[in-house]
Amino acid sequence: MTQTVDYERNMVLATKTYDVVGTRPIRHDGTDKVTGRALYGADYDTAGLLHGYIVRSPHAHANIKNIDTSKAEALEGVLAVVTNADFTGDAEGMVDMGEGAPTSLKWLRDNVLASDKALYRGHAIAGVAAVSPHIAEEAARLIEVDYEVLPPVITVEDAMADGAPILHDDLKTMELGEETDNVSNVADHFQHKKGDTAKGFAEADVIVEREYRAKTVHQGYIEPHNATALWNADGRVHVWCSTQGAFAVRDAMAQLLEMPESQIRVTPMEIGGGFGGKIPIYLEPVAALLSRKSGRAVKILMSRADVFEASGPTCGSWSRVKIGAKNDGTITAAEVELAFEAGAYPGSPVPAGAQCALAAYDIENGTVDGYDVVVNKPKTAAYRAPGAPNAAFAVEQAVDELAQKLGMDPIELRLKNAAKEGTRRVDGPVFGRVGLVETLEAMRDHPHYNAPLGENQGRGVAVGFWFNIGFHSAVDLAVNGDGTVNLTEGSTDIGGSRASIAMQAAEVLGIPAEDVHPSVVDTDSIGYTFLTGGSRTTFATGWAAYEAAQSVKRQMIERAATIWDVDVDSVQMEKGVISSATDPELSMTFKELAGQLAGTGGGISASESVNPQSFGGSFAGNIVDVEVDPETGKTDVTRFTAVQDVGKAIHPSYVEGQMQGGSVQGIGWALNEEYYMNDDGGMDNSTLLDYRMPTSLDLPMIDTVIVEVANPGHPYGVRGVGEANIVPPTPAVANAIQSATGNRLFETPMNSVAIVAAQGNGS
Amino acid sequence: MPGKTHIQTIINGEHVDFLCEPRQSLLEVLRDEIGLTGTKEGCNDGNCGACTVEFDGRIVTSCLVLGVEAQGKEITTIEGVAEGSTLHPVQQAFLENAALQCGICTPGFIVAAKALLEQNSDPSEHEIRFWLANNLCRCTGYDKIVRAVQDAAVKMQEA
Repeated sequence: MTQTVDYERNMVLATKTYDVVGTRPIRHDGTDKVTGRALYGADYDTAGLLHGYIVRSPHAHANIKNIDTSKAEALEGVLAVVTNADFTGDAEGMVDMGEGAPTSLKWLRDNVLASDKALYRGHAIAGVAAVSPHIAEEAARLIEVDYEVLPPVITVEDAMADGAPILHDDLKTMELGEETDNVSNVADHFQHKKGDTAKGFAEADVIVEREYRAKTVHQGYIEPHNATALWNADGRVHVWCSTQGAFAVRDAMAQLLEMPESQIRVTPMEIGGGFGGKIPIYLEPVAALLSRKSGRAVKILMSRADVFEASGPTCGSWSRVKIGAKNDGTITAAEVELAFEAGAYPGSPVPAGAQCALAAYDIENGTVDGYDVVVNKPKTAAYRAPGAPNAAFAVEQAVDELAQKLGMDPIELRLKNAAKEGTRRVDGPVFGRVGLVETLEAMRDHPHYNAPLGENQGRGVAVGFWFNIGFHSAVDLAVNGDGTVNLTEGSTDIGGSRASIAMQAAEVLGIPAEDVHPSVVDTDSIGYTFLTGGSRTTFATGWAAYEAAQSVKRQMIERAATIWDVDVDSVQMEKGVISSATDPELSMTFKELAGQLAGTGGGISASESVNPQSFGGSFAGNIVDVEVDPETGKTDVTRFTAVQDVGKAIHPSYVEGQMQGGSVQGIGWALNEEYYMNDDGGMDNSTLLDYRMPTSLDLPMIDTVIVEVANPGHPYGVRGVGEANIVPPTPAVANAIQSATGNRLFETPMNSVAIVAAQGNGS
Repeated sequence: MPGKTHIQTIINGEHVDFLCEPRQSLLEVLRDEIGLTGTKEGCNDGNCGACTVEFDGRIVTSCLVLGVEAQGKEITTIEGVAEGSTLHPVQQAFLENAALQCGICTPGFIVAAKALLEQNSDPSEHEIRFWLANNLCRCTGYDKIVRAVQDAAVKMQEA
């Protein structure tokens, strides 16, 4: 299906129109956020609040021989000091924070407060609570830790080398699903396989084989991690924090503190960015232990250096791609190897990277091997389509090179081999309805694709995939007497989801989006809701809102039938008007009926929980122009078009915002961002000056084309938009640099130094 | 514990006195002593711009100003940008252009953008991008922020 449209900036390719869905109301929490009234985690205050500070390891790899806290405890103004020894229990079992494979409770506990080993610079060793943050910091300096320093392991290649220093003496490699006795830094090696690659490569006329590397990067949310905890005298623990998953925090805290989950209440404060990095817990358990000891609420904030050195990066990686095609462009085989950093404990995003690596291609013969490798860096956390950008940086460059060898247009090559409904992926699943072809056609037909280029400019394209997820969400609705509706939900609003969820209820009820009042509440006040992540919130929590609104609609129809004394089946509700099919005199608006509820039997409310699994994957593609200064290698992105199949854009402005934000994170990843590690395993650039994220001055406008291939598994066709958009930028920029300079770069970041070196002009 | 100094200021048009230690930043004083938590901490070393306030007519990152330096100064924070219940055109433009996602950088951007438009009522896209380069946003990619400032400039000229 080719859609003929005149493209304009930020064009929406709508496939179906609604009254509320697809419009652009002002978000419900907007006024609070432009006036400074919105309360984020660090803004929380309560009577008697103490301030915490975390003592962190100065060494990337060390045995902890002894921790002496006595001098800190003796300082005036200090009320509590805790270490790993303050946890009780044997920490057996697994924890599932919902961002990938479950992790061992012991590893999670040791990451929160180290026990026998410090595994990265910045690893938390002890916590202090005092009457001011400055006294807590002074006390922290008085804690004496006796370290035996060990050699660090910084990259996956170092970690996988023979004789590499071992991080965990008890970590034995899982090899293709089998436990082995091999103690190593490789936690897991798995393989996906389809067809026969040897046969496929034998059929190929052209083969490209390359290795690619990516440096560790950080999500870079502007708000540092924070947590306040109160261990109350009634035995309940209340936590206030900025998190993507209040229930995930609650459940992990329950396991760490050996309490029933119902004894923990988590209030999700407004969150200042997350991108996956605010799923794990770091400070919350320490604040709780300090509160138990001191009897007071304790607030702990991370510094920016802590954020870089002790929270969530995503993986550096090594990849190898071999891909072959016939002269007509038919891809006959592909082999992909992905070795991803897990950080200090197993659990890199390599499983997701392996699922996404070849997802865009209908390939007869393919293998993907994944290696999960521990290194002396902070435990990796999810970062927007975790693992997929590393895989795409490799695969999408190899496909670009293949197109050049074949003399084919890179979009035509992708269209010829595009995955579509019915395609079996190399990792197993068969695609339902997906919009890759429509995405590629929108790219091909966009005026940007054939616009003239200037001197020293080049153009690159790439595509990327993220599968998106479903899972549990709950929504409560209550009708007010004035015809507005209160909506209660448990999904942290990280970028406009109050609006996109409220709009789905408003559509059912036929009332304006502004007449639905959404509130994000604590874990005592709403049914279980899975985290804000996986591009699931508008899909799943929106669906819960849809179901709750359907329940309200049914009840409103029943009430009208009662008031009119007519058969309920003769009453209908459309566009906010309740009417009788048999008597045209009987009609009233939603608002009029709402005003009568109290006197006709009482208020109407609804509570719905959903667990949809019919999520739909999202494909994204980029067209990128760069201009490379031939002398300095400085690269400017001069034009950028982001195209994505989102299924249905509930609030197009925030859909565009997700596409633009993910694109720019990808541009930063491509051109500048990296953990600059010294030989001792320390990060040398843990400030926002030296870890250089894109500024407004570094960028052009980011044009967007929203493709809407409806997901048949959602009432409005939603797929989810948050993640796929970060997958294509790194290879698209690499392909553009190659187009501009004639030199291909195989490692991120592709900064000035790397570009000059590739020209043979560097040192 | 170090002694505290008595500081007299005008914040958002009101006389405000506070006591602060010499080591406390203006950011810390605003947030922890005065309760104006709309000014945000993102880095505490002047690189992210989330704590931007107007300080005697200039915009500064309040994490790099000591509380004691505020003696006799006039300060405007995000809480002082709207006039009562009427939003400033920059605030309204941020809402209408969806120029915020998580919102943590928004107070700093609004304070900075307001200062720009007071100096230059018709800035080019490049001038907007240059002026705002000290404010980091990780969510939006800046596109909608730049458009919001352009929109606010038009509205302020019309007013």
